[in-house]
Amino acid sequence: MLQFILRRALNSSIALVGLLVAVFVLTRMTGDPASLYLPAEATAEQRAAYADQMGYSDPIIVQFGRYVEGLLHFDFGTSMRQQRSAMEAVMEAVPTTILLSSLAFSITLVVAVAVGALAASRPGGIFDRMATTISLVGASAPDFWVAIVGVLVFAVALNLLPTSGMGGPQYWVMPVIVVALRPTGLLTQVVRGTMISVLSSPYVKTAKAKGLGHRAVLGHALRSSWLPVITVAGDMAVGMINGSIIAETVFGLHGMGKVLIDAIMQRDFAVVQSAVLIIAIGIFVLNILIDVLYGLVDPRIRYNK
Amino acid sequence: MSTSTLAAHNRSRWERSVVLFRMLLRDPYATVSVIFLLMLVACAVFGPFYLWEPATNMDLGKRNLPPFSLAHGFLYVLGADSLGRSMLARIVVGAQTSLAIASGAVLFSMIAGGLIGIFAGYVGGWTSTIIMRLTDVIISFPSLLLALIVLYIIGPNLFNVVAILGFGALPLYIRTARAETLEIRERMFVSAARTLGVGTFAIIVRHVLPLVAPTLTTVAAINFAGVILAESGLSFLGLGIQPPDFTWGAMVAAGRQYLQTAWWLSFFPGFFIMLTTLSLNLLANWLRMATDPHQRWRLSIARESER
Repeated sequence: MLQFILRRALNSSIALVGLLVAVFVLTRMTGDPASLYLPAEATAEQRAAYADQMGYSDPIIVQFGRYVEGLLHFDFGTSMRQQRSAMEAVMEAVPTTILLSSLAFSITLVVAVAVGALAASRPGGIFDRMATTISLVGASAPDFWVAIVGVLVFAVALNLLPTSGMGGPQYWVMPVIVVALRPTGLLTQVVRGTMISVLSSPYVKTAKAKGLGHRAVLGHALRSSWLPVITVAGDMAVGMINGSIIAETVFGLHGMGKVLIDAIMQRDFAVVQSAVLIIAIGIFVLNILIDVLYGLVDPRIRYNK
Repeated sequence: MSTSTLAAHNRSRWERSVVLFRMLLRDPYATVSVIFLLMLVACAVFGPFYLWEPATNMDLGKRNLPPFSLAHGFLYVLGADSLGRSMLARIVVGAQTSLAIASGAVLFSMIAGGLIGIFAGYVGGWTSTIIMRLTDVIISFPSLLLALIVLYIIGPNLFNVVAILGFGALPLYIRTARAETLEIRERMFVSAARTLGVGTFAIIVRHVLPLVAPTLTTVAAINFAGVILAESGLSFLGLGIQPPDFTWGAMVAAGRQYLQTAWWLSFFPGFFIMLTTLSLNLLANWLRMATDPHQRWRLSIARESER
């Protein structure tokens, strides 16, 4: 098992390195930071001096070498806009995004498994048809539009929740729902689909024939439908970053998505790279967790391939 | 093949589509979706010829005209935006851009992803490994984030937006095409062709591609709604296609600042995005069921089995 995880980790770290190189090169192509950070009347010499001083006039490979060297002793560069360590600026936003996505992810998992399993227990029944329709609507809804309609209804019309900003629990209700909505819809369908096929498998029929109660049968079946659920949920966790960007933008939360978008707009290279690094590491850890979960859920996976 | 067997073949094909059509009519959701999508496509293709003027001409007298009133004619039934342009006309014009971008992106990633996937599956070895690792990189990074970074660098024009949306969907097609090819590669007729000395390129084009294509088309149908949502999200964040062209997502974003006073500016474009993706998803769901022999019975006897 350990060997399997190590191999997977090696594979994923290749992806990680590839991503870092790509982002490094791409951000260097966004344009000249000198034009953004020096006054408009700066002379060509001043611009050149600035580029020299910041190291932007060196060949890109040299710049990358310097960046990697910095990484090795945890120097992630300085945010030009904020005049402080880039990592500091990013880490500040991490708790917001983690809270937002983990709340949304938990809701997604609980709701999807409960609703999907219940719907599958009586395919074609009233509850199933309602659940299927609602989950389809949820999966089809554009998250930014749901966010705006939410603001319209709950903040502008009913005055129940704040429109945007950070603060107590009431500030988190709408963002979490917006992030969770589409994943919940998709995952419910996956759970329902797998449960239906598991429920018609021979071992469930045997259990039923032996007189096992409805709920115990559902429990049995639920165990073996975990595998596809974990697969989809893993992809979904990556997708939650997309949702978080939208939610953070609409609701004015200071999270990773917001920091990253601002940094891209301001050509704050060090911050972009640090944010991408953190997101990539998060996804990296997540992927390994999913692999471990696979092994725990399904002992048939032998970890030798 | 003699003409009579050809005719029989055609007839059975025709009969099969009739059966499929009857099954479609039996599912009310799918029927409504098809009707909506057909109307939408018709509006998107022909509408802008007639509605370009009211969609772009400013009329300050009609600023933020509220919806559901026929006082200014049917064109203003969904109200008018902050510059007095008909919302209905703008939604129709926006539909054309939105659908054109989404179809372009799906087509691009289906063709490119399909070819790359078939190549990886057929050739195998380290080429395949590299290709699959690269797809892993694409998958493991949030697509919206990647699109934002890239579009900010290369500029959000029509071609770039289509390309980056298609790029985000590539892994889906690469993986599907590769998996299919791995299986087809081992079949007898492919081995036979190889033994007879047919070149790799010819085998791929003549023997593998025709078998992979239907699967890829199904994947594309399912993927289409996702691409529409991705495009509208990009436009909403301001990095989609730029004015004077606009899509539904950009309309939602433009209406945001009038949320307190004129809700319909944001509401209707987003509502149409949702109707479109919902119809596509309902249709894809039905299609999946209708083409899956294990589930087909649900459609044909669904009515009798109601409890």
